[in-house]
Amino acid sequence: MSSMSTRHILLGLLASGPSHGYDLKRRHDERFPQARPLAYGQVYTTLQRLVRDGLAEVEGTESDGGPERTAYRTTEEGTRELTRWAAQIAPPAPFVTNEIFAKVVVSILSGGDPAAYLRAQRAAHMARMRELTAVKTAPGADLATVLSADYALNHLDADLRWMTTTAARLTTLTAEVDAA
Amino acid sequence: MTNGDTTEPLLAAHQLVKAHGRTPALRGASVELRAGEILAVTGASGSGKSTLLHCLAGIVRPDGGSVTYAGQRLDRLPEKRLSELRRTDFGVVFQFGQLIPELTALDNVALPLMLAGAGRAEARARAAEWLERFGVLGQEDLRPGEMSGGQAQRAALARALVTGPKAVFADEPTGALDSLAGEQVMTALAHTAREAGTAVLLVTHDAQVAAYADREIQLRDGVVAPAEVTA
Repeated sequence: MSSMSTRHILLGLLASGPSHGYDLKRRHDERFPQARPLAYGQVYTTLQRLVRDGLAEVEGTESDGGPERTAYRTTEEGTRELTRWAAQIAPPAPFVTNEIFAKVVVSILSGGDPAAYLRAQRAAHMARMRELTAVKTAPGADLATVLSADYALNHLDADLRWMTTTAARLTTLTAEVDAA
Repeated sequence: MTNGDTTEPLLAAHQLVKAHGRTPALRGASVELRAGEILAVTGASGSGKSTLLHCLAGIVRPDGGSVTYAGQRLDRLPEKRLSELRRTDFGVVFQFGQLIPELTALDNVALPLMLAGAGRAEARARAAEWLERFGVLGQEDLRPGEMSGGQAQRAALARALVTGPKAVFADEPTGALDSLAGEQVMTALAHTAREAGTAVLLVTHDAQVAAYADREIQLRDGVVAPAEVTA
């Protein structure tokens, strides 16, 4: 997830009311299960940038005897920016960058064994899909967990279908790459 | 085998050969299924997946090779003994069509128990428990044609599992279902099989279905494709 997304996700979490950095991190990790957990340092840096850009401001600080905690709230400009971002479409695959395809081509160029690589990659994809299936079918899994696992499962499945087709067409691809 | 398990497999096929007319379907396929294991068999259309399932389930006899179940040669059993064993030890789920259209869901599920000698009342009571477990209770008096695809398939699953089989053979069990209904069927199958220690041979072309299994073998042109060792 890019840092631009982190900005907007934090703005989104602030939309329901002022919050501390630590709370924002916790709520992010809850809302987006299976995502890479936000680092606390990243939350703190992003909040400072939001304040710098006028999209959020400090609500106040409290200490409760413990370490000092700063609460943040969104600004009107922040709300507008969030609305704009949430309605903006994500560019559908603007560039086709695919590590698997790159490895197949490089393997052909260097006289390697792309078929063996594709088999090993398939086994790894299947192992990850088994893990995600176990996560989403565990008793008591909440819907956010199911949906995030489904997202990854569908993408891995798409990779697998692409790999199956590619494996079946390696001879032609090898001739094409070698001729170029 | 890649996982170093030395226990005897529940079911083992060795060098199976089978042709449909002049078209070879299996050309020396070998596979082992252990007790309690869910094994996915994947591969392109025409790779021999369904034929392999039929041979392992004792539905068709191979032209060559052997099928060993719990120490006995399944491919050499007399027909009468074989169909008895299929009834007591095996359950099958196909893409569609295995429920009897004239019977209600409840009677469809009760039937295997009655064939095994249970009384009607007892069979129906146990069938109702299985339908409830798979979320089909409330539809038990409907005939298969009156149920949704997903409900009918969960009833078919109940019918395959109601006798407590040692092995279940599922051939594209979600092939006719949308993805949510398919997910419910696969979750029910996988949970029940793991709980009861039932071995499952799962034939599918769908990687998301295969991901419910413990491991996968791929068929290519009637033989098992070389496996990549995974941790």
